Amino acid sequence: MGLFNSIKSIFSKNKNQLTNEEQLIVEKAEKYKKGMEKTRSSMMSKLKALFESYDKINDELFDELEEIFIMADIGVNTVLELMDQIKSDVRIRNVSSMKEFQSIIIDKIFSIYVKDEIVDTNLNLNDNGLTVILFVGVNGVGKTTSIGKIAYKLKNEGKKVMLAAGDTFRAGAIDQLKIWAERVGCPCITKEPGSDPASVMYEAIQEAKKQNIDVLLCDTAGRLQTKVNLMKELEKVHRVISREVPNAPHETLLVIDATTGQNGMNQAKAFTEATKVTGIVLTKLDGTAKGGIVLAIRNELGTPIKFVTMGEKITDLEYFDIEQYIYGLFSDMFV
Amino acid sequence: MAFDSLSDRLQQALRKVTGRGSLTETDIETMMREVRLSLLEADVNYKVVKDFTNEVKAKALGERVLKSITPGQQVVKIVFEELKQVMGDEAEGLRFKAQGTTIFMLVGLNGHGKTTHAGKLALYCRRKYNKNPLLVAADVYRPAAIDQLVTIGKQLGIPTFEMGTSYKPEEIVKKALDYAKENKHDLVIIDTAGRFHVNEELMEELKRLKEIAQPDEILLTVDAMTGQDAVNVSQSFHDQLNVTGVILTKLDGDTRGGAALSIRRVTGVPIKFMGLGEKLDQLEIFHPERMASRILGMGDVLPLLEKAQDAINEEEAELMAKKFKNATFDYNDFLKQIKQIRKLGSLKGLLSLIPGLGSQLKNIEIDENQFNYIVAIINSMTEEERRNPDIINSSRKQRIARGSGRDISEVNRLTKQFEEMRQMMRKMMNMSPKDMERMMNNMNRPGANPASSVSYSKGKGKNKGRRAPWF
Ligand SMILES: Nc1nc2c(ncn2[C@@H]2O[C@H](COP(=O)(O)OP(=O)(O)OP(=O)(O)O)[C@@H](O)[C@H]2O)c(=O)[nH]1
Ligand SMILES: Nc1nc2c(ncn2[C@@H]2O[C@H](COP(=O)(O)OP(=O)(O)OP(=O)(O)O)[C@@H](O)[C@H]2O)c(=O)[nH]1
Ligand SMILES: [Mg+2]
Ligand SMILES: [Mg+2]
Repeated sequence: MGLFNSIKSIFSKNKNQLTNEEQLIVEKAEKYKKGMEKTRSSMMSKLKALFESYDKINDELFDELEEIFIMADIGVNTVLELMDQIKSDVRIRNVSSMKEFQSIIIDKIFSIYVKDEIVDTNLNLNDNGLTVILFVGVNGVGKTTSIGKIAYKLKNEGKKVMLAAGDTFRAGAIDQLKIWAERVGCPCITKEPGSDPASVMYEAIQEAKKQNIDVLLCDTAGRLQTKVNLMKELEKVHRVISREVPNAPHETLLVIDATTGQNGMNQAKAFTEATKVTGIVLTKLDGTAKGGIVLAIRNELGTPIKFVTMGEKITDLEYFDIEQYIYGLFSDMFV
Repeated sequence: MAFDSLSDRLQQALRKVTGRGSLTETDIETMMREVRLSLLEADVNYKVVKDFTNEVKAKALGERVLKSITPGQQVVKIVFEELKQVMGDEAEGLRFKAQGTTIFMLVGLNGHGKTTHAGKLALYCRRKYNKNPLLVAADVYRPAAIDQLVTIGKQLGIPTFEMGTSYKPEEIVKKALDYAKENKHDLVIIDTAGRFHVNEELMEELKRLKEIAQPDEILLTVDAMTGQDAVNVSQSFHDQLNVTGVILTKLDGDTRGGAALSIRRVTGVPIKFMGLGEKLDQLEIFHPERMASRILGMGDVLPLLEKAQDAINEEEAELMAKKFKNATFDYNDFLKQIKQIRKLGSLKGLLSLIPGLGSQLKNIEIDENQFNYIVAIINSMTEEERRNPDIINSSRKQRIARGSGRDISEVNRLTKQFEEMRQMMRKMMNMSPKDMERMMNNMNRPGANPASSVSYSKGKGKNKGRRAPWF
């Protein structure tokens, strides 16, 4: 049974026939779906309209499908690859029904993401001691906000969390993180504006060790990946963290704004080079942008998506789950 | 395969479609595919790309691209001109009230640069128009948004009006306007909270703020890294608020910034400024020309192309091609070409115009003086020698060397390479497209040397530190 069918079978079951586990999946998916309502509805209305207006699979249909993918910012290279795969599947399996065609599309997107690997979206947490998570990314994508949300989530999962105000540059950045720490109800280590960010990390780590903190979340200033000096500064921050705590940072999360286009790929490459990015936080999915560039990044660099965010509230964050993501994008087709 | 620029792409495509001589309509079609892909990679909106490419195609068919000897460059030029035109031929300035307090309001998605650009604009207007600006903190949602604006204001020595986070933005703006009057501020810049165009509640709030403030400018800040969605965002903000201008921010990175084209094309709203950094003086008037070359992935090289088009006119280039073909190309022609090239500025800049070469130039060391030496050597030839390169024997070479003050070995090198070039050119001009293609392919194989030692080809450029032949 392909992915499409297995998801479909869960979602088409009557609610009270579901096992507990299935129930959980559905609940989570519903929440996901709600947050991504805008995204989904625009993508879906297009797909639906697309499938309604065709009764045959032909070149025009392929063209329109390509348009939908490009409009989702998936990127030219990945889209061309995706289209090739879809076309060859259709040819080889001699597909003619629209339903079957839809399931091929979804399976292909899925396999571009999964790539025959077991994708672990759980955080790599250090069970015996301090876990350090470093947040990096270009300006204004949502690093600081995501830290607040993730800290809140981890705290609710029973972890002792602490924040480190490593953005000592941008006006108001330290205050912003402090306010998030208050909302979460956790300590926040800060230094004067203009201090060396690596020294903030150093102090935060010492403090975290002293206070027996489980997870330290480190904010950094936004920087465009082309700024050589700023990327060097970030390397230094990374170096200090790994010197002070073995195997740290346990996660380096690159924050990417869903409205970002093809530059997202350059971001992923450069930040990975500087700091060995281990995962992506995809933010601002409450708009109309699809954040498709993360599929291209996954496809080219293998970087998994760990979280998605869909609003400014402290609860507007979910662990990423590809099945839910696809369900969110295409759920109308399952009905 | 990743391509750097449209011009590289076209070069690559042209190798496949044709060797020499005139192009067919199918070739143009192939080139248009490259234009399309290049624009999509630059984040120009899919629909905009479609329309735009159709227009470019019409122009390409109408103009002299088909019979041009540099069709790739012709197409680049057409695309470039068209881009520039769509984005508005020149920058539009800010609107100020003739009398009383001018009001600007910044709006846009979360994190796209409103607060920073409120500060930048205040500084810009104080410097350029001698204004006495007041910043207004009307973002009561984002944590520390007010601190951020106040800090920026302090850095600039410009006052910020704020009432904390417990009042509604409407209230704050009303009070701010009164405050500005009392304190003789002739410019008020309102920073609003980031929001999505689909957030009805917050968009309603903006409409109310507009009603209250009656701004002279409603400036939409758009992050230059924005992808396909730029069209939805800008159209929706424009529909709801009648935006008067766009500020394209974060252009100091390596984004191609195709959003600029999409926004302008779809909404018609002028792009007024470019944000080029986090510092508060990193604001510039929008330059359509620079934006166009950026979108094409060509950095700042394209303006040079325009110069090249002026200096080397098409007829003359065709005449040269004929001379190549018949091997009647002589030292006079060569001198003429060198002079034309020199008009364009640096040799390196010029060579970078040659599609496919640009990225490899970093490794070539070019002595610009070599030009002068070659000119000196040719100037020491008699008119007869220049027209009849074949008669230059070794005693003539001795004399030429003495007359030009250059070493005999340099004269030898020049005459040898000139001869090889003539032969190579003749061969190329008389080649069938198939042969041509084969030769080009050979030249592009990494490490492979072209058939002759005379070339400006890629194969050689790849060798680090190697001198370009001739120069
Ligand atoms: N609508 C929406 N806004 C978000 C989301 N995540 C973050 N934001 C907003 O985006 C803006 C920028 O967020 P920050 O967390 O300050 O971004 P940053 O990456 O830390 O920015 P710098 O430190 O300046 O580089 C703020 O207005 C946030 O409230 C989201 O998922 N949805
Ligand atoms: N490199 C670069 N960074 C910029 C530029 N303009 C703004 N920024 C940075 O982008 C981030 C977001 O800028 P803000 O001015 O806070 O954006 P905003 O639109 O006010 O954000 P919200 O109020 O949260 O919606 C900050 O880190 C700024 O320093 C620019 O032109 N270049
Ligand atoms: Mg931040
Ligand atoms: Mg702001």
